[in-house]
Amino acid sequence: MNKLTIGLVAGAVLGALDGMTSWFTPEVRDGIMGIVMGSTFKGLLNGLAAGAFARKVNSTLAGVLFGLVVGLLLAWGIAAMQGKYYLQIMLPGSIVGAIVGFATQRYPERRAAMAAGK
Amino acid sequence: MYLSNRKLDHLRSIIDEDEERYRLLEIVGRGGMGTVYAAEDTLLRRRVAIKILNPPFAESESRILANLEHPGIVPVYDTGRLPDGRPFYAMKLIQGARLDQYCTQPHPLGERLRLFEKICEPVAFAHSRDVVHRDLKPSNIMIGSFGEVLVLDWGIPAVVGTDGFMAPEQDRGTVAADVYALGRLLMALVGVDAPKSISAIAAKASAAGPEMRYHDVAALLSDIARYLDGEPVTAYREGPSEWLLRQIGRHKILIGLVAAYLIMRAALIFFTGR
Repeated sequence: MNKLTIGLVAGAVLGALDGMTSWFTPEVRDGIMGIVMGSTFKGLLNGLAAGAFARKVNSTLAGVLFGLVVGLLLAWGIAAMQGKYYLQIMLPGSIVGAIVGFATQRYPERRAAMAAGK
Repeated sequence: MYLSNRKLDHLRSIIDEDEERYRLLEIVGRGGMGTVYAAEDTLLRRRVAIKILNPPFAESESRILANLEHPGIVPVYDTGRLPDGRPFYAMKLIQGARLDQYCTQPHPLGERLRLFEKICEPVAFAHSRDVVHRDLKPSNIMIGSFGEVLVLDWGIPAVVGTDGFMAPEQDRGTVAADVYALGRLLMALVGVDAPKSISAIAAKASAAGPEMRYHDVAALLSDIARYLDGEPVTAYREGPSEWLLRQIGRHKILIGLVAAYLIMRAALIFFTGR
C-alpha cells in the first residue's frame, strides 16, 4: 500500500473507532451514527494530509507531529461547530492524528523486499 | 614492424615520463600479492596509492578492478611496469581505518550492520560481473573518512586466502566462498554478544557446506535487512516470547500512542462522562 492509501485507511478506521467511543456517553448515544460518520470523515481528511506529507518528508517524528497538529486542528473545527466539548474532542482527535501520521511514515517501508529486489 | 627514429624517441619519452610520474613515499600495506605504497602523482599533483605486484602475479588485478566501477570498489587510475619489469597500478589512496581497526572501537550494533551491508554491496556487484573476491577479510576492508566503505585486494588466485576467512572449498573460487568469508566477517564485526538472529545469519553464511549457506550475497543482505526492519530472519526460528519481544520492539511507538489514547479516553469517560 502506498502512503496516501495507508493514511486514508488508517484515518477512516481510527476515526470510526474514535467516534464509536461516544457510545460510552449516554447523552449523545442517540446521535452515534452522525458522530461516527463525522469522525470517519475527519479521519479521512487527517489521513489524506498525513499521507501527502509522508510522500514529501521521510521522518517518523515529523510525521507523528504533523498528524498530531492536523488532528488537533480538525478536532478544534468540530468542537467549534458544537461550541462545547473542546477537551473531549480535541485530545483524542490529536492522538488519533498522531497515530495516522506514524502509520503513513512507518508501514509503507519495506527494506527487506527492496534488498531482495522485489 | 619498422618504426622511425622519431617514433622510437617519442615512445621512449612516454615511458620516461611514466617512470617519473609517481614518487613512492611510504609503505601503507603489504600482502601476498604485493606491496602498496603511498605515492605522489607528479603530473596531477595528488597523493595516490601504488600497488607493486610480486613476480608470480600479473596485471590481472588491475584489469579486474578497472572493469568494476562501483562506489565500494577502489578505482584504478593507471597501470604500468617498473624498470625491473614488475607490474604496478595506481589507485585512489584511501584515508581512513581498516575494518579490523574499526572493530576494536565500540559502535552500536545497527551501525555495524549497516556497515556490513556496505561491504556486501560491492561484493554482490562483482559477483554480477562474474568476479569473485576470494580473500575477504577485515584488513581488506577500508572505511574512508567520509564513512564510505571500500573493498580492496581483488583478483587473487583461488588457492590463496586467509585462515579463518577461507572457505573449505576455497580452491574452487566460487560465489559460495565469498559468502562464507562474509559470514566470518559478520561474526568479527558483531562479536560474540550479538543477538541470536544475527549470530544465526553469520553461522548460516559460514556453514561448512556450500549448499547450507545463502545461495548468494543478495540473500544474505536480505536477511540483514529483515533484522534491521524488525522482521523475522530466515536463518533463525524464534520462540513465542522472542516473537512477542520483537513485535513490541518493532511497534513500540505505535503501542505507546495507542496506550496514550486508551488511557486518555478512559480518563475522559471517568472524569467528565464523555
